[in-house]
Amino acid sequence: MGAGNFATQVDNTFLIVLAISVITLIGITIAMIWFMYRYHHTRHEQAKDIHGHLGLEVAWTVIPTILVLSMFYFGMEGYSEMRTIPEDAFEIQATGRMWSWVFEYENGIQDTALRVPLNRPIHMKLVSNDVIHSLYIPAFRIKKDVVPNVDNRMWFAADEPGYFKDAIACAEYCGDSHWNMYADLDVLPQAEFDAWYKSKGEEFAALAQPAAPGEASKVGLRGPMLFTLKGCNACHSVDGSPLVGPTLKGIFGKEEEVVLADGSSKMITVDEEYLIRSIKEPDAEKVKGFENSIMVAQPLTETELAEIVAYLKTL
Amino acid sequence: MASHAMTGASHREPNYLEYKGKHTGILAWILSTDHKRIGIMYLVVLTAFFLLGVTLGFFMRLEQLYLDKSVSLMTAATYNAIFTLHGVTMIFLVVVPGIPATLGNFMLPLMLGAKDVSFPRLNLLSWWLYVVGALIIFASLFSGGGLPDAGWTFYAPYSVRTATNIPLAVFGVFILGFSSILTGLNFVTTMHRMRAPGMSWFRMPLFCWSLYATGWIQVLATPILGITMLLVFAERLLNIGIFDPSLGGDPILYQHLFWIYSHPAVYIMILPGMGVISEILPTFSRRTIFGYKAITYSTLAIALAGSLVWGHHMFTTGQSWYANFVFSLLTFLVGIPTAIKVFNWVATLYKGSIRIEAPLLYAVGFIFLFSIGGFTGIMLGILNVDIHLHDTYFVVAHFHYVVFGGTMMALFAGIHYWWPKMTGKMYNKKWAISGWAVMFIGFNLLYFTMFIMGYEGMPRRYYGHLEQFHQAHRIATYGSWVLITGILMMVATLISSLRNGEPAADNPWGGSTLEWSIAGLPPLLNFDEIPEVTEDPYTYNPEPEVAHE
Repeated sequence: MGAGNFATQVDNTFLIVLAISVITLIGITIAMIWFMYRYHHTRHEQAKDIHGHLGLEVAWTVIPTILVLSMFYFGMEGYSEMRTIPEDAFEIQATGRMWSWVFEYENGIQDTALRVPLNRPIHMKLVSNDVIHSLYIPAFRIKKDVVPNVDNRMWFAADEPGYFKDAIACAEYCGDSHWNMYADLDVLPQAEFDAWYKSKGEEFAALAQPAAPGEASKVGLRGPMLFTLKGCNACHSVDGSPLVGPTLKGIFGKEEEVVLADGSSKMITVDEEYLIRSIKEPDAEKVKGFENSIMVAQPLTETELAEIVAYLKTL
Repeated sequence: MASHAMTGASHREPNYLEYKGKHTGILAWILSTDHKRIGIMYLVVLTAFFLLGVTLGFFMRLEQLYLDKSVSLMTAATYNAIFTLHGVTMIFLVVVPGIPATLGNFMLPLMLGAKDVSFPRLNLLSWWLYVVGALIIFASLFSGGGLPDAGWTFYAPYSVRTATNIPLAVFGVFILGFSSILTGLNFVTTMHRMRAPGMSWFRMPLFCWSLYATGWIQVLATPILGITMLLVFAERLLNIGIFDPSLGGDPILYQHLFWIYSHPAVYIMILPGMGVISEILPTFSRRTIFGYKAITYSTLAIALAGSLVWGHHMFTTGQSWYANFVFSLLTFLVGIPTAIKVFNWVATLYKGSIRIEAPLLYAVGFIFLFSIGGFTGIMLGILNVDIHLHDTYFVVAHFHYVVFGGTMMALFAGIHYWWPKMTGKMYNKKWAISGWAVMFIGFNLLYFTMFIMGYEGMPRRYYGHLEQFHQAHRIATYGSWVLITGILMMVATLISSLRNGEPAADNPWGGSTLEWSIAGLPPLLNFDEIPEVTEDPYTYNPEPEVAHE
């Protein structure tokens, strides 16, 4: 999938240090094996007490010092570039939550795959809705932690077009499906990207508009999309299969035993009020058997909430 | 090095195992303030925890054989609990107490020419706190809404929010911290006050020096862990915002506090291991150590500089550019005294008269594995390289090379070295060496593969993996089977020596430090007459006088 703009430098620094390490390690190992053979008591009956050697001590203090200080310098140089975000970089906000990513663009597009223009510096603004995550693109050799309430940023430029599945990972442990918090990366030539950005942007803008007088209500149209974009699907299936949270298949009108915050339980029938409450305050009344699962309320506008509830009723 | 005049009389003293106090049976052990019995008790409990940790690791590796998670062994939640328990058990119950609690307790007073540590009852209390702390941690498993699953680092805010019984686990770690502090305090005081006449600081064996530096870190750094754990505890119980951003807390503050302890803790783990190696190499080379003072000063330098590098665990958190700059620089500086030690150890073999025995092979294996751990540590200290490697299998491989290839191999080396003085028995040399060889091969198969996976982008703490990593995961799992075979061979060899082993000679390796001057197993108070030290350590008699073989 290409290497991005940092990989060559990171790899070269690594390889230089690797070469120095391998040479030293081989030296140490050969010396130990040779000494154990040459000075084995059958060949060298009388040991010689050598208390030390100032010249050697100085040598193996000074040489490693020079080596590590130069390694430090290279690392610092490379890192300086990583932290200096170009002014003209294209900004995208990445939000991490348990357990998926969503990428938001200035014109309102939201997507679970990261779509970027080729060879253009991309400025990622990192937001967490719950615990600490870490946005990691191994092929590009970059990562940055996504910390709640901390304004972290990172940047890169992709240098090969194509759709790369599972190119983005979460590197900071965040719970049950941490291992599966992969997202795809789609690198498009600038012209193709511009076309996608414009048409998709218009689509999002149109859906966000309230229905015009006389037009059929739009409520329910965006539901399935929001269900994925807001990350609901990470824990709730719509086909009855068990995940971390209860399945939402046939949820509306279902009889459920729920556990209250104080530990007591009661029977309820799932209605609109319960759905809204459970989305806004997940801990208030939890379905029995899932009272130990964590759900964090996702930021939603009133329209988005209505859309999702409308969608849930259809399941 | 010492006057050996007193050895004749000691034959009549009952040794520490025969000695009859006011208690009998198990009470004669768990109420004993004898540093030797306490050392053995730590060794027994610690071995049990080590085997538990190994078992958990075995299951983690087994799960990675499954690419398709619909047919695998366990759920993600179980896997997360297993790696958490593996980490907590291995770090807090095995490696941190590790060498000081077992070999240190047994050997420190013997090597100093003292009758016991300065505070024998405090020493017993340390053991009790250790056991109670461990029990509390295990109690947390069976209470609360599931097994603790936050990883051994307990990062907030995840650890604050998960429904599992983190507060109790954290309280257990808090108790363990006191055990560690008291042991450190005891050892430091013992070295200040109870060295035999004539044993100046620079006549102290290097193992004692390493315990000295370790003791200071234990006393100074461990309270910070205690405070941090109390804050996590308070946050969960009282719902006040310290680390959880949803309550107005700062999760990065947690990481700072955690690593201010946990990075120096790595030196609590490794320094005593370095001390053991510094004892074994001169003994089996039958010559003095190369660069005694260089090794001593580098021990102190590592303890000092190692306390100031915690921020290198946090290069990707968004901490300030200057913090990253300084922590990276200091990290490289720790590499220098470490390199000095390695070179001095290798030079100690030069012009020796070398006997190949199990302890020496473990020591040489340590130098090889620990060097790899050190070099990869340097790589992780490089800012831009760490950005890529942080939180991947590369880090997992690195710390297993340091903590397992380093500390644990040094512990095994020390156990094989001092076994005759601790148990009065010799183990089977061929089996001991075979166990070491099998372990060495399995170790590299398992962990070296992880370096490669890590560089290719395999993140750590993953229940599953992408298909591209599958082959490497399989090799690592097969390696774990070889490694475990080696460990079992070692344990079986040592245990069977207790029944079937030849009685050990007083000084089977021809060691020159004071513990070997005692005839047979040490009596209750170690020395009938406190020895007088007249020479530097490791001053070997030109005539070899090895009784073994």
